[in-house]
Amino acid sequence: MLSYILRRILSTLPVMGIVALFVFSLLYIAPGDPAAVIAGDQASPADVERIRQGLGLDRPFLVQFGSWLWHIVHGDLGTSIFTNLPVSAMIAQRIEPTLSLMAITLVLTILVAVPLGVVAAWKAGSWVDRTIMAFAVFAFSLPVFVVGYVLAYVFALQFEWLPVQGYTPLTAGFWPWLQNLILPAVALGTVYIALIARITRASMLEVLQQDYVRTARAKGLDQRNILFVHALKNAAVPIVTVIGIGIALLIGGAVVTESVFAIPGLGRLTIDAILRRDYPVIQGIVLLFSFLYVLVNLMVDVTYTLVDPRIRY
Amino acid sequence: MDRRTVLKGLAGVGSLAATGGLSMPALSQGAAARTLRFVPQANLANFDPIWGTQYVVRNAAALVWDTLYGLDATLQPQRQMVESEEVSDDGLVWTFRLRPGLKFHDGEPVLSKDVVASLTRWSARDPMGLMLKAIQNELTTVDDRTFKWALKSPYPKMLLALGKNSTPCAFIMPERIAQTDPFKQIPEYVGSGPMKFAKSEWVPGAKAVFEKFADYTPRQEKASWLAGGKQMLVARIEWVVIPDPATAAAALQNGEVDWWESPITDLVPSLKKNRNINVDIADPLGNIGSFRMNHLYPPFNDVKVRRAVLAALSQEDYMRALVGDDTALWKPLPGFFTPDTPLYSEEGGEILKGKRDLAMAKKLLAESSYSGQPVTCVVAQDQPITKAQGDVTADLLKQMGMNVDFVATDWGTVGSRRAQKTPPGQGGWGMFHTWHAGADCISPAAYNAIRANGDKAWFGWPTSAPVEKEVLAWFDAKNLDEEKAAVNRLNKAALEDVVYAPTGFFLSYTAWRKNVSGIAKGPLPFFWGVSKTA
Repeated sequence: MLSYILRRILSTLPVMGIVALFVFSLLYIAPGDPAAVIAGDQASPADVERIRQGLGLDRPFLVQFGSWLWHIVHGDLGTSIFTNLPVSAMIAQRIEPTLSLMAITLVLTILVAVPLGVVAAWKAGSWVDRTIMAFAVFAFSLPVFVVGYVLAYVFALQFEWLPVQGYTPLTAGFWPWLQNLILPAVALGTVYIALIARITRASMLEVLQQDYVRTARAKGLDQRNILFVHALKNAAVPIVTVIGIGIALLIGGAVVTESVFAIPGLGRLTIDAILRRDYPVIQGIVLLFSFLYVLVNLMVDVTYTLVDPRIRY
Repeated sequence: MDRRTVLKGLAGVGSLAATGGLSMPALSQGAAARTLRFVPQANLANFDPIWGTQYVVRNAAALVWDTLYGLDATLQPQRQMVESEEVSDDGLVWTFRLRPGLKFHDGEPVLSKDVVASLTRWSARDPMGLMLKAIQNELTTVDDRTFKWALKSPYPKMLLALGKNSTPCAFIMPERIAQTDPFKQIPEYVGSGPMKFAKSEWVPGAKAVFEKFADYTPRQEKASWLAGGKQMLVARIEWVVIPDPATAAAALQNGEVDWWESPITDLVPSLKKNRNINVDIADPLGNIGSFRMNHLYPPFNDVKVRRAVLAALSQEDYMRALVGDDTALWKPLPGFFTPDTPLYSEEGGEILKGKRDLAMAKKLLAESSYSGQPVTCVVAQDQPITKAQGDVTADLLKQMGMNVDFVATDWGTVGSRRAQKTPPGQGGWGMFHTWHAGADCISPAAYNAIRANGDKAWFGWPTSAPVEKEVLAWFDAKNLDEEKAAVNRLNKAALEDVVYAPTGFFLSYTAWRKNVSGIAKGPLPFFWGVSKTA
């Protein structure tokens, strides 16, 4: 297993390299010019050109890519065109809010969605099942920003329980940290709760029809034991898969959520960097995200072996 | 249901609830009164006010760096870092003396060598600075507090150049920083202004923090815009970047921020209903909407086509698209200069007045060289002001019978594409939309958009000898009457040649909580004199 994990981690390197080349090429050929954004609306064409030269954006593609790659292999993600700050420092500043948001969302999603799915499967065809599935369909159809606005209106403006925007680091205390994340996590998690609840229900339904469940019932095991120990464990592989995909999708969802709740995370940094054509920042984030994707996939694969001993690598 | 509709609806309801007397959340009382939390119009993505000339950078820089002169609310440059100045009888040699006690944030005194280095860097980037550089004999230090600018020909607008608020302003930096190539970013943010930049707390895209500079000695005069005594009444200013307008509105209503620089007009009615919030016009000098046509290529290289478009356009359509139905926020503008300022002119503005005559415009177009080729109209749809104008123009051109190639993209793309001088079909463009701060359009001093000096002109590269002649006449003018006469002729010439199409004059709002006082109207947010109670 250990050698498998090491092999998988090493295999991320070529993946990241290909992604890096692809992104770099895409940015190079895409329209847009950071120099024009820097110079401002009133700048002259000559000013824009001089800034391009100052940034080295007038150099040939291969020279720019080579220089970037050279820095990457030396552990240097480069410097932001706009802020003049190291990209690694900018990412470090922004990673905590995003990881916090994702972690809270994930915990919330699993705690709510899995029991909902199990109960829906258990009560399949009843009004409980129909209500849960109706909620799932409804929640799945709601855009994150709509949920976000409604939550902010109700819980921040009306009841004044929670703040509308911002992020407090965990070092400032657990409650201040959590306070800023509850609304964004619920907004972001709604769609995943719906998705995972549906998958859990479908997977559980299949397992509940298996002979060993019938046997367990015949033996007189209590319902909770059957559902959450015997059935859920066997239904877990597709659920874990979807949770894994969900984690990857959370990164995308965080972009909107961080904007709505003004959380200074990687999602907002990505959008800002793309709009400004801050190439080194975009490339740094893409590398990080591709690494995270590979890591999440690895974690999912490893989790399979934990929930299903028949799976071996 | 789109995002804008949702936020309008919720903000409206939220405001009603707030007027109903809901209390605001309790904030940390002591620190809160000393810290002003401000939502700027845009993200502070870089912090070199000479290298990057966005308004948001200028606005933050005005806290950290001081200028030799400062424009006041009467549009006159007043001494700021300077104690006195002398100009020789022939107008060729200007000698300036710095006021005593000026200090940089690193504790070093401000010396004339710092000023010389700063002005050298600034003059490589600023339009007025470039004019000065072109006629410069020498810019030298005389002693630690005195410096001299010797010219080959007189430059009557010297003090305006040094004190104007259009970007880039002539900010003074330490020599070691000011020696940075003007086309590269400075490495440190050390100024002599009333606030220090807390770089360690800077989260670009999210937060910028400024702390009171204890050694700043304000002038004795009353503060007026960039002039006078810049008294800081709060110890700390936090710029909180909130990209979503609905969230910014909610944060203001909730008391999480104190001042929102530019609320979008959709949300203003709900903010006005909130008893804890003041809403007022931010800047009486407002903005001038515009679209620029590419004078290098068909169809807009033909002045008849440009005039046909001008004859057909309805400024009311543009303004309603921009600011909605609030008629207090806009007025028609049959000219190029800021209304209610001394040089405002309607000379030659008949083409923009009266009822719009589409039939006449079509007739003019038929008489022109236009042969049905597509007009590439590039629009930055991530900027509501340009997007709204672009939609109106596309409709107008279609009504006129023109073939519109509407390219809706983002500002990053428009910014680079408009610099292309290739023909529209080969990566170039036919027209784009923008707007100009009214403060930049009070005179030709910093008004790039009005220049018509061909290749050196702003995007669109108009060429008009009569326009250029009057611009230079204004620079040479000895008094206000001469200036007015020159600008009248300039306005007429610019409309005849259609340097660009003004789409109207519009104002915008600013909003702040009622426990904040001292906010002055002006072309940028002024933080001196602003205080806050808990």
